[in-house]
Amino acid sequence: MDARSLAPSLHTVKAILILDNDGERLFSKYYEDIHPIGKEERVFEKNIFNKTYRSDGEIALLDGFTIVYKCSVDLYFYVVGSSQENELMLMAVLNCLFDSLSQMLRKNVEKRTMLDNMAGVFLAVDEIVDGGVILESDPQEVTQRVGLKVEETALTEQTMSQVLQTAKEQIKWSLLK
Amino acid sequence: VLTRLFNETPINPRKCLHILTKVLYLINRGEHLGTAEATGAFFAMTKLFQSNDPTLRRMCYLTIKEMATIAEDVIIVTSSLTKDMTGKEDPYRGPAIRALCKITDTMMLQGIERYMKQAIVDKVPSVSSSALVSSLYHALGLLFHIRKNDPNAVSKMVAKFTHHGMKSPFAYCLLIRIASQLLQDEQGGRYESPLFDFIERCLRNKHEMVVYEAASAIVHLPNCTTKELAPAVSVLQLFCSSPKAALRYAAVRTLNKVSMKHPSAVTACNLDLENLITDSNRSIATLAITTLLKTGSEGSIDRLMKQISSFMSEISDEFKVVVVQAISALCQKYPRKHPVMMNFLSSMLRDEGGFEYKRAIVDCIISIVEESTDSKEPGLAHLCEFIEDCEHTVLATRILHLLGREGSRTPNPAKYIRFIYNRVILENEAVRAAAVSALAKFGAQNEELLPSILVLLQRCIMDEDDEVRDRVTFYLHILQQRQKVLNAAYILNALSVSIPGLERSLHQYTMEPSEKPFDMKSVPLATALLPEQKTMGTNPLAMTKQPEKVVASRQEIFQEQLAAIPELQAFGPLFKSSAAAQLTESETEYVVRCVRHTFRQHLVFQFDCTNTLNDQILERVLVQMEPSEAYEVISYQPAASLSYNQPGVTYTLVALPENDPSSVSCTFSCTMKFVVKDCDPNTGIADDDGYNDEYVLEDVEVTLADHMQKVVKPNFSAAWEEVGDEFEREDTFALTTTKTIDGELVFISVAS
Repeated sequence: MDARSLAPSLHTVKAILILDNDGERLFSKYYEDIHPIGKEERVFEKNIFNKTYRSDGEIALLDGFTIVYKCSVDLYFYVVGSSQENELMLMAVLNCLFDSLSQMLRKNVEKRTMLDNMAGVFLAVDEIVDGGVILESDPQEVTQRVGLKVEETALTEQTMSQVLQTAKEQIKWSLLK
Repeated sequence: VLTRLFNETPINPRKCLHILTKVLYLINRGEHLGTAEATGAFFAMTKLFQSNDPTLRRMCYLTIKEMATIAEDVIIVTSSLTKDMTGKEDPYRGPAIRALCKITDTMMLQGIERYMKQAIVDKVPSVSSSALVSSLYHALGLLFHIRKNDPNAVSKMVAKFTHHGMKSPFAYCLLIRIASQLLQDEQGGRYESPLFDFIERCLRNKHEMVVYEAASAIVHLPNCTTKELAPAVSVLQLFCSSPKAALRYAAVRTLNKVSMKHPSAVTACNLDLENLITDSNRSIATLAITTLLKTGSEGSIDRLMKQISSFMSEISDEFKVVVVQAISALCQKYPRKHPVMMNFLSSMLRDEGGFEYKRAIVDCIISIVEESTDSKEPGLAHLCEFIEDCEHTVLATRILHLLGREGSRTPNPAKYIRFIYNRVILENEAVRAAAVSALAKFGAQNEELLPSILVLLQRCIMDEDDEVRDRVTFYLHILQQRQKVLNAAYILNALSVSIPGLERSLHQYTMEPSEKPFDMKSVPLATALLPEQKTMGTNPLAMTKQPEKVVASRQEIFQEQLAAIPELQAFGPLFKSSAAAQLTESETEYVVRCVRHTFRQHLVFQFDCTNTLNDQILERVLVQMEPSEAYEVISYQPAASLSYNQPGVTYTLVALPENDPSSVSCTFSCTMKFVVKDCDPNTGIADDDGYNDEYVLEDVEVTLADHMQKVVKPNFSAAWEEVGDEFEREDTFALTTTKTIDGELVFISVAS
């Protein structure tokens, strides 16, 4: 038989990816060595992106992996699992990731806000999946545990230097990209 | 930069957080961080534990985890982590534990163990989960791992949980997997076990995830009967109409699996599957089609084809190729449906599409044309239409070649000529050359078309491409001779030599410049096709043959040996060598084996003689042969001396009777003549004088088989014609194996 009859395992998720609308990597976390070298990961991501960015479906099969995906404005979220994996589990992870982020970013799930809150993304993913094992699928729990709120300090409360600092950082980010 | 910022007091959490994020982002982007760099950053970071900003702390954990593999001496943060993990603040504890696990090595394990044990029994699930990387669901995984080697314990565990029920759907999924594995391990087909009941009950769980897992588990169980499958399949059927794409995908994928083993079980879902063909998600649609093509009965194909054709225009090329391949498989299954398929394929051929897609279709049509006689003409007509407007040279030449071969043998060959000649006018060189060859085949095959073909070829004689011109001139010349033998040999039949052999010979020829033209006959013939090798087991003729490769190399050895004899040079290339025949008993004084080499006009008998007497030396050994028919012994090549146990070779050269081609078989009575010299068995020194002696051998028979060679003749009827009427002879053969006669006739043709 196929790989389905492998020993039951907790390691469900093989990778979580977030790409922008050019297919460039914004976030990636591989829990297994699907592809040994960094470059091949890039190829893999490009393939995924090319296959999915035009269609509105939410699931695809590529290179023997099941990929569930979702897009929001200019962001593409992917959860990768084995082709034998229960697709609904992967879907649960994807939905949890997306919902947590959308709560944290106050529904503004797009590239700019996300880059400004990258720390939150790292923490959220870490709460949802670690080492390929699903830890949590309730977005409420995740946001609470991450405890990160989008800076609520209104513009008026910011000092001039802080504004400048933010502006500087924005520029740095755009250079980094 | 990092270090300076981190060292500031009081720590600015905001800035540090930003920097940590950047570091993580960089690692994420795949930037390479050197060990020294990482270690530096790492030490700087330890300062940050002084800060109490929760987010910063969490980011520290994350960075530690990421850097654990890059930086050195990560162990130093252990104490900070243990402090956090035993601390009061719950949100810290889980991540701290997980980070700790990453950096722990065996030395530290003892110390941490205590904390871990505490953490596992912690009240807050996220903490204990981190400790195990497991909550209830994870605990289940842990339990399974612990008891993996004890099936009884596992089944008890499963039984316990099946009674109590659990909250997490993930836990259910895992339990189902464990149960199904237990089922597979322990039994051969009994489904009354409580484990199976549990899985079946899960089909009614409120979580779709669990329901699907259960259905998929049932489907994957080996030796499952239709009765057990039925509930699972009906669940999947429901999923097929779900609004969620992932659910539909999961359902179709699993149904596809079922259809491989139990096509009948899926038939009930055919209607739902047909609806999925139009699904916007292409993966789902393709899976649905391939499933349907597997389960579809002969009757439903027409409907299915209609469905597919309505949707073909919407999917991408790679999926189309998959569909065409499925159709191709279907064609082999239901030959009666060829007309429907053919219509479908031809309409696809007319649509837009890339090279791979078109090639898949053309391949499919060609295989139909070659297999079934009924679909031949419509198939060729579709292909003709296709090459009218085909931008792919490879496909066009392939089709032209096929037209030349198949079209010329149809009842009405004239109608293809227009299509082919159009290519000559409109296309590039490669296609023109192929078209010319195809035209020539029509001319060679059909007497009544010959005049018009000749006219058409005449027009091409001034073509601007030299290959086309050469072909035209060559074909014209041959066709004008109006000899069937020539037509068959040079137009209808492809080269029968082995291509690698030809390459080798040509290479050799160019290496050694000589006055003589290259002789095609010196190239070994391509002796066997793959299908013939497959039938070897049942084919008595092939049974006696050795595997082809061995024969070829053996033949080459003979060829070299024979080339050493000057008189044989004039005989031309070796046609065939027979298997060795024993002419004596194996334990007699002299052991003689005979190999018959057939040349165009001559036979050469090679006698491998061995002297088994240690007190004799034989000299001037030759084998005298008395033919029963009009064969003429030309000369003998004696072996000079034959000492004890040293095999020697002697040849007898015989000319084939020239006037009487019918006497192909002949019996030779053989006598070995030699001079015996006694010798000392110890020293091996022979006496000076010996005496003549002779030794009667068994008769050698030359049969029809020695004049035959397995030859690949792709166009059998042409080859048959080529042999001509004067060689035609009606005869009755007593055949023991009538089944294989067709195959044999195809590859036997008479030499000379």
